[in-house]
Amino acid sequence: MRKIGVFVCHCGSNIAATVDVKKVVELALQEQGVVHAEDYPYMCSEAGQVRIAEAIKENKLEGIVVCSCSPRMHEATFRKCAERNGLNPYLVEIANIREHCSWIHKDMAEATEKAVILMRAAVAKVHLNAPLQAGESAVTKRALVIGGGIAGIQTAIDIADAGYKVDIVEKEPSIGGRMSQLDKTFPTLDCSACILTPKMVEAAAHENITIHTWSEVEKVSGFVGNFTVDIRKKARYVDMDKCTGCGICQEKCPSKKPLNEFNRGLNTRSAIYTPFAQAIPNVPVIDANACIKLNTGKCGICEKFCQAGAIDYTQKDEIITEQYGAIVVATGFDTIKLDKYGEYAYNESKDVITSLELERIMNAAGPTKGHLERLSDGKAPKEIVFIQCVGSRCSDDRGKPYCSKICCMYTAKHAMLIRDKYPDTNVTVFYIDVRTPGKNFDEFYRRAVEDYGVNYVKGQVGKVAPQPDGSLMVHGVDLLENKQILKKADMVVLATAIEPNPDVRKIATMLTASIDTNNFLTEAHPKLRPVESPTAGVFLSGVCQGPKDIPETVAQAGAAAVKVIGLLAKDKLKTNPCTAKADELRCNGCSQCANVCPYGAISYETRQVNDHGIREDRRIAVVNSALCQGCGACTVTCPSGAMDLQGFSNRQIIAEVDAICR
Amino acid sequence: MPVTENWKPKIVAFCCNWCSYAGADLAGSSRLAYPADVKIIKVPCSCRVNPMFILRAFEKGADGVILCGCHPGDCHYSTGNYYARRRMTLLFSMLDYLGVEEGRTRVEWVSAAEGVKFSETMNSFVEKVRALGPNVRLGDLRCKN
Amino acid sequence: MQELINKAKTLLESGEVARVLGWKKGEYEYDPEPAFFETSESLKDFVYNGFCGANLSKYMIEAGKKEGKTLVFLKPCDSYSYNQLLREHRVDREKAYIVGVGCKGKLAVSKIPFEGILNISGAEYPDAAETLTVETLYGTETIAYKDAMLERCHVCKGKEHVVYDELIGESADTVDADRFAEVERIEAMSPEEKFAFFQSELSKCIRCNACRNVCPACSCRKCVFDSTAFDSEQKANTTSFEEKMFHIIRAFHVAGRCTDCGECSRVCPQGIPLHLFNRKFIKDINALYGEYQAGSDLESKAPLTNFTTEDAEPGVGRG
Repeated sequence: MRKIGVFVCHCGSNIAATVDVKKVVELALQEQGVVHAEDYPYMCSEAGQVRIAEAIKENKLEGIVVCSCSPRMHEATFRKCAERNGLNPYLVEIANIREHCSWIHKDMAEATEKAVILMRAAVAKVHLNAPLQAGESAVTKRALVIGGGIAGIQTAIDIADAGYKVDIVEKEPSIGGRMSQLDKTFPTLDCSACILTPKMVEAAAHENITIHTWSEVEKVSGFVGNFTVDIRKKARYVDMDKCTGCGICQEKCPSKKPLNEFNRGLNTRSAIYTPFAQAIPNVPVIDANACIKLNTGKCGICEKFCQAGAIDYTQKDEIITEQYGAIVVATGFDTIKLDKYGEYAYNESKDVITSLELERIMNAAGPTKGHLERLSDGKAPKEIVFIQCVGSRCSDDRGKPYCSKICCMYTAKHAMLIRDKYPDTNVTVFYIDVRTPGKNFDEFYRRAVEDYGVNYVKGQVGKVAPQPDGSLMVHGVDLLENKQILKKADMVVLATAIEPNPDVRKIATMLTASIDTNNFLTEAHPKLRPVESPTAGVFLSGVCQGPKDIPETVAQAGAAAVKVIGLLAKDKLKTNPCTAKADELRCNGCSQCANVCPYGAISYETRQVNDHGIREDRRIAVVNSALCQGCGACTVTCPSGAMDLQGFSNRQIIAEVDAICR
Repeated sequence: MPVTENWKPKIVAFCCNWCSYAGADLAGSSRLAYPADVKIIKVPCSCRVNPMFILRAFEKGADGVILCGCHPGDCHYSTGNYYARRRMTLLFSMLDYLGVEEGRTRVEWVSAAEGVKFSETMNSFVEKVRALGPNVRLGDLRCKN
Repeated sequence: MQELINKAKTLLESGEVARVLGWKKGEYEYDPEPAFFETSESLKDFVYNGFCGANLSKYMIEAGKKEGKTLVFLKPCDSYSYNQLLREHRVDREKAYIVGVGCKGKLAVSKIPFEGILNISGAEYPDAAETLTVETLYGTETIAYKDAMLERCHVCKGKEHVVYDELIGESADTVDADRFAEVERIEAMSPEEKFAFFQSELSKCIRCNACRNVCPACSCRKCVFDSTAFDSEQKANTTSFEEKMFHIIRAFHVAGRCTDCGECSRVCPQGIPLHLFNRKFIKDINALYGEYQAGSDLESKAPLTNFTTEDAEPGVGRG
């Protein structure tokens, strides 16, 4: 029988005013194994802890129960107190007689009776508590950032600056991401490339950063501090070391039909290409689907012209395996497909475009060299209609239920830029609400309205009808005037909802990181741990976690980096000892537990066991305690009771049940 | 069993550590009263609750057992409450099938922010169990008089 | 039957299998029992007839630990149990030679309502008669084969084997009842009637563990009822819990894994319709989570180790 000490806290009058603490002490002493019980006004105080320390020593206590506030409040305090005094911290149980008792009951007799029962349950449990030791695991001092947009670049630079190695994996031929496609940025209207490219160069030149472009994460195993990742380096057909980036290959390439992804498919590119002039690395890739040589064996023009001899048609995909201590997801976003929004005639008219397409049109490196013109006939539009919330804040399944957050501001930006550069072009914006919460954001929007004469109409557009004369008839409604509007436009721009990059679901599965119904990665806590995934060692940066603009993305990228640095700075990680454990004599090896484990923490090995003299090889479940987070799903799935959860064992919980129902 | 005037039901409430236990704490710090008949057992996740614990409680004299966890989709362990939901759905259906009064078991999803819901849930659950009186059926299932 | 014996002999003599798992003659025609045969000689006691209801798949767990392959005869429904054991890694497929044997429905001697049975003819395989002729101490009686069939054969899973190396013999379609009719009848009762029904049935239980021991899903190396995994007290003090909750816990432990082979009800010496527990879970699973037949394949996720975000809430639809 273990020697148990029970400590009843008054919490000033918080507990003692409703619970007869003396009575709890008196009845505690009647419990099996309780050799010491006392009450004190503030158990958590220095003086209270001294009393616990003395009692542990004097009575050689083997377990203690503190009847006090919620364990969420002071369990850690009392565990540390026990540890300092030579008692394993997991031999401490808290009976919550404040939040769950004194604060909700008025009748003293009733509250006291309940407090006694809660004390009994804790005593019954602590008799069965095992002294647990937090395990340790080593930390690989290297981080992986998945995605090389502004979020990934900033996170990588911040981690690298702190002295740790970082790898960026980017599936496109160049880093830069969405931001590299933007023309100007709100609310300062500085050129996107001018602020992004120096960061790209900085990342590429950083001694601690390795960039894998044209690469994808293939497989992830391991756990916080010890991830093993397979990265597929797709065949580039160009030798990275030899290429000088002269660009002659792109100029000479005879295959010019593929749509230019970087320009959102508004024009075409060559089969061998870099997505944009400032690409990093400035090494082209060959689009294997479009390359004549790779498809027919004939051509080879790029090889002939390449003075560096960098073209290599025999390259194959390569898988590299790397070790990381932390992984940051920065997979970003794309705009939604507009197939379900036939009313906006996006697929019918070339002059109905998305805002991201408008960015490319307005960009000097874009398909129109920066001239605002209609893609159908090249004429300058005189009347432009912007439609907000296309697919955002949508109540049906055509779009997304959330606000994409950036559209109000970029539309104000577009409207302002157009009015500035083409003052004879009229701009009308149909909106549901204009949302401008950000530093200098509302001022920016007001300038668009007040200084640039952008016509904002509160109301939605029901239909965009292409007319025989090539114009577009916009059927809208003005909710403030309560009237229908028919507006003839030369160009319609849709503020298309953004959604997480479709690849993120695959990545989340590999990382066992949770993901919400909209494919945004879930935070460990929506308010207090917004850059951490619930999966230890996985961090979130940028739009993969939720819609955000550039300043927010950069801020979050830095926050994620700090979390990574905090992790990598440790040599060893303490692991939660309340993990599952399989009893090898009871385990059937049936694999049901592994099927419900959200962390992939359970594997099986064939092992010789000695079952009361019978030696045989058995398939046994093995829990990786570094991966196990202690949910207990496996324990209930296990029919034989072989799988148990330390700290919340079957016997401990049954003991609590029995004590409460006694 | 005749219900005496001062009969009080024994109610066991299993609460997950991350949401419902915190919700119960919030009910406490908000002083939202519910009957003292409810005794809470903390578990890491609703998926830790073995149907055997619930049956054990009934066998030992509990009159009602309630399980509270994070809302589906909000599980700290991402999927635990989904498994718990299936297990409890089947268990409760079996208890109904055996003729155990349906009001004696319940699952409620209570977040850490839902102190009010926690209190209201416990009040309504206790009221229901009180109306049913002492649990005899599960104890007597194998003992025909 | 001779074809089965010949097959067994050939494989034993060629050394391809080390033993044969089949059924052995009992004292009477109607009580054969599972048995291992290790020599051609011993096969003289081999029997396969209408009374060979016993599902041999569970014995393959032990057979898998022995040297060499075991030839096992599985009826179509038994093959589901074997497959379920296979997906739970309890049997070694490499060490089994499975002969899928035809089945025309198996008989329950308890369904033959005559006193003093001496001999029963008409249950021979492969030519089972439509009518059984029962010689008793008091004369000769007859009963339709169908009327003496086990409950489970009236709701048979089908004629197809889900796992085998070789097939011998034809199976017959014996389905003539609704598998869930009895469950539905109970569900329609008032709580008082339900309780009275189950209390009356379960109070017959003598905790002989026959249901557990025969059940292919109850294949735990150590049953929770025989271990201290869930005890907070001395074992002796906790028997009341087990006594009262045994059948509920057992049904839950096999939920989603029970193939509905019906062995529990077949072997219960007290005649408790134990399959009604399992079938209730199967009915609920089918209704709530989609049709699921345990043992039908090796890949699909079992209903209790799976979920959808849209699953029904516990207790919804009550009352």
